Amino acid sequence: MGSASTARSVAGDGPGGAGGPGAAGRSGAPASAEGPGPGAGSPPSVLGLSGLAWRVGGATILQDVSLDVRQGEFLAFIGPNGAGKTSLFNLISGLHPATSGTITLDGADITGLPVHARARRGLGRTFQTSSLWPALTVAEHIRLAAQAAAGGSYRIWRRAGRFGPQVARTLERTGLGDRAGARAAALSHGEKRKLELAVLLVAEPRLMLLDEPMAGVSAEEVPALTELIRSLHRDEGRTVLMVEHHMDVLLGLADRLAVMHHGTLLALDTPDAVMADATVQQAYLGEDL
Amino acid sequence: MATVILLTVTGLGLGALYFLIASGLSLIFGLMDVLNFAHGALLAVGAYATWWAASGHLPGAGSGGFGFVLAVAFGTAVGTAAAALLELALIRPLYARPREQVLATVGVGLAVPALLSAIWGADARPFPTPKALSGTFGLLGARIPVNRLVLAAAALVVLVALKAFLRRTRYGLIVRAGVEDRAMVTALGIDVRKAFTLVFALGGAAAALGGALGGVYFGSVDPGQGTSLLIFAFVVVVMGGMGSLTGAALASVAVGLVQQFANYYTTAGLGDLSVVVLLAALLLLRPSGLTGRLA
Repeated sequence: MGSASTARSVAGDGPGGAGGPGAAGRSGAPASAEGPGPGAGSPPSVLGLSGLAWRVGGATILQDVSLDVRQGEFLAFIGPNGAGKTSLFNLISGLHPATSGTITLDGADITGLPVHARARRGLGRTFQTSSLWPALTVAEHIRLAAQAAAGGSYRIWRRAGRFGPQVARTLERTGLGDRAGARAAALSHGEKRKLELAVLLVAEPRLMLLDEPMAGVSAEEVPALTELIRSLHRDEGRTVLMVEHHMDVLLGLADRLAVMHHGTLLALDTPDAVMADATVQQAYLGEDL
Repeated sequence: MATVILLTVTGLGLGALYFLIASGLSLIFGLMDVLNFAHGALLAVGAYATWWAASGHLPGAGSGGFGFVLAVAFGTAVGTAAAALLELALIRPLYARPREQVLATVGVGLAVPALLSAIWGADARPFPTPKALSGTFGLLGARIPVNRLVLAAAALVVLVALKAFLRRTRYGLIVRAGVEDRAMVTALGIDVRKAFTLVFALGGAAAALGGALGGVYFGSVDPGQGTSLLIFAFVVVVMGGMGSLTGAALASVAVGLVQQFANYYTTAGLGDLSVVVLLAALLLLRPSGLTGRLA
């Protein structure tokens, strides 16, 4: 903890600078099943980014992003619009190929793998904009995700019944039980976000990338959604990466904050340390959110 | 009164024919964004295969009773296979190149009728119709040809079957989601290409069935039959809303009825024009089509 509170993993440090703070990142959270606590050795690395860059045409969107995420950790990304947070998620989830650098998942290099191959290895993400099928019901969304998770070799005319229990379980877990028959178009913003999480959860991802899960959600729906995300992280031991602008939400959830600015990783530390950092104050907190 | 009833039932029969073509066209466009100009060719393939089988070339098949049912089943099966083959061989390699894809379907739409004329001649061939389907029956003073009702019943069965497929099966769910947002279905890790082939085959089956029953309706088959029907099927698809089966069904009936009544009560030929006027009016009032969503 001691070194972590002052150390910053500034972009440009390279892979070597990424490991240190990661180990201490969970110190503020209660010990989980994976992390028996300090002294018993740090949990294994789930995600490793090394010198990651993305250039489109002549423009550099991301450069030299290196960090290491430990199992069970909650890492939040903050930074002004256009800082590259969503682009970074796109590279990690495989939506865009990285221009240079490497991405490892559980120690294995996944830099060249397509989206679905990464999904099969336990990586799942939600999108900044609502990604639902408006005319399908809540239950149908989850059924479709269950079909996807079960693999593609099912017979054409087979009835959909087999996924019933799984759909019911997921509905209950995400608090959408009473909305099972509603079309996605009829849901509130908060319910839509819950449904996106539900669709994601069916595949039981160990590493979840949540891109602004509170976007568009009304103030009274934020606490329930926050609680759902907290339980997916704390109770179910999932590793979470989240882009979010609501600092008050993050301060209760995140083990570490990663500050992005102009496509680089400006700072990576515990929320307290980041908030106290003068460079961050100037680069991010001083600007309009 | 008798005339109105006859025109109505005939319009329904024609609408049924349009629906058999338009249902596949609509699903194919809704799911894959493919404008399948070869869909009329699939109808022609189904019509000629049925005609060929019913003319005594297929053992067991013939122009009456069970033999004719077998001939229609054969024609539908050939159309289904042709559609699946078309998707696998020509459409699938071109999903990233929509312009070439349209050209390829236009090419097939031209080549198949040409091939049919080369083999069986460009003239219309009399269609061997079973006696049970060539008769008429009385309804409120009108003499109604039986085949109108057969067409309407077949279209209804296809509508119900396709909706059951979309609502109750796993692939149906993939197709419905894919019609709304295909990229997101892929993002879930589902290989939508299988659904593409399947929807193409189902669309081909409906069109080929339309070809077989169209032969009964018109009393003959000719190489260009599918192509001329395809134009109205496209009108139906646009009116019904791309990817919407219910919309296609409603629009088919509307187009069939308007055509029949306009042709009878005004000048022959004005029916086609009134369909275009109907389409223009609908697009001005409801740009997303009659229903604006799937099924």
